[in-house]
Amino acid sequence: MLPIIFVLPLLQLIILSNAATFEVDNIKFGYIDNDHTSTSRALIEQFNASTYFNILTGFPSETLASYAMLKGEVDVVLEIPNYFERDLQKEKHQSIGVSINAIDGAAAGVENVYVSQIIQHFNKHVKVNLFQASDLQIQPISIETIPLFWYNKTLNYKTFMVPGILVLLVTMITLFLSGMNIVREKEIGTLEQINVTPIKKSQFIIGKLFPFWVIGLGLLTVGLIIAKLIFNVPMLGSLPLMYLYTSIYILVVLGIGLFISNFTDTQQQAMFIAWFFTVIFILMSGLFTPIESMPKWAQIITEFNPIKYFVEVMRMIMLKGSGFTDILPQLLKTLLYALIMNGLAVWSYKKTN
Amino acid sequence: MGITIRNISKSYKNVKALQDISFNVKKGELFGLIGPDGAGKTTLFRVLTTLLFADQGSATVAEFDVVKDYKSIRNNVGYMPGRFSLYQDLTIEENLEFFATIFGTTIEENYDLIKDIYIQIEPFKNRRAGKLSGGMKQKLALCCALIHKPKVLFLDEPTTGVDPVSRKEFWEMLKRLQLKGITILVSTPYMDEAALCDRIALIQNGKILEIDTPKEIVKHYPKQIYNVKANNMYRLINSLKAYEHNHSVYPFGEYVHYTDSRTDFNTEDLKTYLETKNLSNIYIDKTVATIEDTFMELAK
Repeated sequence: MLPIIFVLPLLQLIILSNAATFEVDNIKFGYIDNDHTSTSRALIEQFNASTYFNILTGFPSETLASYAMLKGEVDVVLEIPNYFERDLQKEKHQSIGVSINAIDGAAAGVENVYVSQIIQHFNKHVKVNLFQASDLQIQPISIETIPLFWYNKTLNYKTFMVPGILVLLVTMITLFLSGMNIVREKEIGTLEQINVTPIKKSQFIIGKLFPFWVIGLGLLTVGLIIAKLIFNVPMLGSLPLMYLYTSIYILVVLGIGLFISNFTDTQQQAMFIAWFFTVIFILMSGLFTPIESMPKWAQIITEFNPIKYFVEVMRMIMLKGSGFTDILPQLLKTLLYALIMNGLAVWSYKKTN
Repeated sequence: MGITIRNISKSYKNVKALQDISFNVKKGELFGLIGPDGAGKTTLFRVLTTLLFADQGSATVAEFDVVKDYKSIRNNVGYMPGRFSLYQDLTIEENLEFFATIFGTTIEENYDLIKDIYIQIEPFKNRRAGKLSGGMKQKLALCCALIHKPKVLFLDEPTTGVDPVSRKEFWEMLKRLQLKGITILVSTPYMDEAALCDRIALIQNGKILEIDTPKEIVKHYPKQIYNVKANNMYRLINSLKAYEHNHSVYPFGEYVHYTDSRTDFNTEDLKTYLETKNLSNIYIDKTVATIEDTFMELAK
């Protein structure tokens, strides 16, 4: 059992961190060039030069392009109108149509950004190349933004995904193990034998918590080593602080698990309830979708999501190097949560019914 | 007094598991609770071992009230549930040590109590409990239930699913424990084991039918029983059941136990009747009632 507990989650960490990327590449790109001029070809060439797009085909008509998108052969279709170059020179203004397959909404958003960036880039060159000197005087002043990505300079998604996925694994394993535990003893009958002994409720619960607590911290340790060795995730903050927070956090998860275990009669029931909570906790943790973009009521719910705090703290300590005072709010909330959940676990464990 | 039970009742939703049960078990007595599956034996055990609250009534175990002094009871009773409920992934020795520790004692401290039983399983002490045979599991469970030197021992169907030799050994062990002053309440669905108890209570559908010593209880049987045998068992039973004067007909080993509703019953009448039913080699003789007969009669 112990190898399973350790090996499978770590495989998940390696696979998911490499696979769960927000970058979209190998976009199948199609175009309809109604202009056939050097400018239109130069624009298409820009897409060809980009590493994100695979130029697939030029379509003679919009109908054929739509048909190709329907069949899933292209993701993005760029339509360059008639007299594109001429109008651009004469009227200094032109619009082109971009159709994006939005079946995957997230990918479509990213593709839109890529397309806009390439066209903007092209825009600048076009100004230099096409316009005469006299035109330069009436050029509007443009403001350019130069973003600096703090704490993750290259916007490396692995740098923020690895800590997040590590959080998920520690949470899921400890929750499932503890959730199954007491109910398993109920199923095989050992709980009945324990219940007639003079053991105290709190002693019993602590005895149940401790092994999983150690396993959780062990999992974190191995996960951090992998994060450093394989993904080279920075570790700016203090490790003892991270362990302090994690040790309290695991208590919350174990408390929830034991609480579930006390209220169920079979391992299946426990498993489904644990699964229900993990899915909600994970999807509302801010790991995959930012909490800021959730509706107000959902944001309030996330206040009760322990994974949210763990993801925050993990990223703060690892990437930002936050100290004790920075994570104090999360630490206190988690501690309170741990006390409540374990109190409930002890209370709900009944030796008599 | 070992155990006193006063008007205990317990219901699960629509099922009345125990209905107004009252009896006493004397200190140092080996008391048997005899009844079929679903009679309420386990429920009564769970009430007495403080695992379940009764709806009505009161009970004391070793002079402790099962509700108020439940903590003292847990320190002073040993309970062996019907289902093997020790940790299967711990070895014999680890299980024993674990339960000794929970009760705040050590194996050495009460070793003399379990010695007779433990030496039988000691050669396998490093084997996991899950890998033991049925008889060895029972012995280990008994050791674990005895490790804290309990005053009262509750054994819920300890011999169900155990081979006849181990069953016999097990009862011999119980007799020895009784000599050490331990009150034992044991439940069993086997009528032959009932004869080994000091006193027995026959229980069915949550009600006590009769309480007495095994010897006395068979005297309560109101009728003369006849062993009946013939060449065709199946036809014999059907014929007897169809006989207008029958009182009870039960197969009992190679015989059929038959009682007649008439007081002036003559075996010749029955023999002629059976012969008309094409049965031959007919044998009819008087026999004494067993606990099983008594139970069947009372349970009617």
